[in-house]
Amino acid sequence: MILGFVEWEAGEPLETSLQMLTLARDVADQTGTSLAAVAFGEEGAAVADHLGEYGVERVHHVADDRLTPYAPAAWGQALADLLEDHRPEAVLAPGTDRCQEVLAHVGATCDLPMAADCTAVEAGDAYEVTRHRWGGSLVEHARLEASTKLLSTAVHEVPIEPADVPTDPTVHTVEPTVDAEDLRVQVDRREESDVEGVPLGEARVVVGGGRGVGGPEDFDQLEELADLLDGALGSSRAAVNEGWRPHDDQIGLTGTKITPDIYIACGISGAVQHWVGCKGADTVLAINTDPEAAIMQKGEYAVVGDLHEIVPELNEALREREG
Amino acid sequence: MDVLTCIKRVPDTGSKIVLTEDRQSIDASNLGFTMSPHEECAIEAAVQLVEAHGGTARVLTLGPPAADEQLRTGLAMTADEATLLETDGAEWGPRATANAIADAVRAAEEEFDLLLFGNESADAANYQVGIRVAERLGLPVVAGIKSLEVEDGTAIAGREVSGGEEIYEVDLPAVVTVKEGINEPRYASMRAKMSARRQEVDRREPDAESGPGTFEKLRLEAPSDEDSAAEVLGEGPEAVPRIIEVLEEEVEVV
Repeated sequence: MILGFVEWEAGEPLETSLQMLTLARDVADQTGTSLAAVAFGEEGAAVADHLGEYGVERVHHVADDRLTPYAPAAWGQALADLLEDHRPEAVLAPGTDRCQEVLAHVGATCDLPMAADCTAVEAGDAYEVTRHRWGGSLVEHARLEASTKLLSTAVHEVPIEPADVPTDPTVHTVEPTVDAEDLRVQVDRREESDVEGVPLGEARVVVGGGRGVGGPEDFDQLEELADLLDGALGSSRAAVNEGWRPHDDQIGLTGTKITPDIYIACGISGAVQHWVGCKGADTVLAINTDPEAAIMQKGEYAVVGDLHEIVPELNEALREREG
Repeated sequence: MDVLTCIKRVPDTGSKIVLTEDRQSIDASNLGFTMSPHEECAIEAAVQLVEAHGGTARVLTLGPPAADEQLRTGLAMTADEATLLETDGAEWGPRATANAIADAVRAAEEEFDLLLFGNESADAANYQVGIRVAERLGLPVVAGIKSLEVEDGTAIAGREVSGGEEIYEVDLPAVVTVKEGINEPRYASMRAKMSARRQEVDRREPDAESGPGTFEKLRLEAPSDEDSAAEVLGEGPEAVPRIIEVLEEEVEVV
């Protein structure tokens, strides 16, 4: 059995989990075994209704109240119990903050190796996995061999595909063996953010500024462009390091990874650190004085010139259209 | 309080990554080295906590003799002590690394109240060393943290989630892995850099022990820049009508 760790919201599986299930089904097909899923929390059983489409035959529902809210070590222990009882060939989890964390706990408690951010698997006795390094600007081919292979999938890399033959999954309730020690770390409370506007990670349009913007004041025109397009404003690490923008705005390896329809990159060179954060955009349009800048080659569209001349004109043209 | 911060020496990549001929590593012959950005913030968090609560801040890395350079960056940021778990330069996997660090923690003179890590290293990005160290030492661990305070022996740690922050309260001793943005790491003064250069670094030889199963690198690959030629829409403000066309007709956002 291949086991996939499914996260959900409002009773529906998250996209990142469906991407993971698509890869998990591929591994199940290659190894000629069945695909199962595990889901935590009250609505975990309802999620099963959505998983037949992806070929899941069995859903393990962890329904223990002590595990709500989220408690990483306890969730890891619940997965470790499933490993012990069912000895799956592999466990796959989406490469989200939580799943990555829980899977690392499983690796530690069961003393198993774990391969993070995988995009493809060639399954034999050992698996040859393709995985991301440097946020995906470098690809690693690695060999993973273990009684149960633990893998997380890189987010937004594997396109979601339903199964050829849908299934009707059975639901099995799991009672995990967690103790007080597993519950030392648990979400205590949630604090809402007071930032207004579209969150960077969810925006359809993102306007980004880098060192070429020249100073904090000149971000005003980029902000106006973002507003005119109902988008969000972001920046490169260089602009954050200069103190021009807060870190929350940072797009990149150590900032937010964006997935908009279009990313308009202004005065940004496109170093690896930045590119891995914006390559999830469907279209990248770069405005830069240097036609040789990396981002002017890597994106779909390039405009050669000074953003301080181009962006105000663009804003004006967009305002006229609106008016 | 005594705080240990674990860091990793990584190449300071620019806009293009070039591999060595054997495709086992990045060709760093024209590159400098740095530490992973999350870890620079981890050191800053450590020295701030020690400034507020007293105690010592130690930085530790597992790496080649040259990783001494990154430890000295930590010392220049006013960490008090440094430990190098010295290797021959071969890449260590996450399990062997975590086991060696846990052993070093056990062997240390200090009884650390807090162990800080970056959430993941910039290069290998295995997302697991801090958690494995915690499990091996029987300590609680919370990962991916962007705000951290310590009050009366409890760490209050925040993780960014969509639309807000999740707050965890964890009794010390504990392990916390942090993300960039938790603070702004200080620039070391020239004087601090000079004095860091003269400081003693504690050197030890770690044991490579990694348990059953294997996870080993076969080779690296630099993805080719598909579509490396972007379409040039024009030069200067004259390109504006073409930009609008793209926004309107292709992306359909206006």
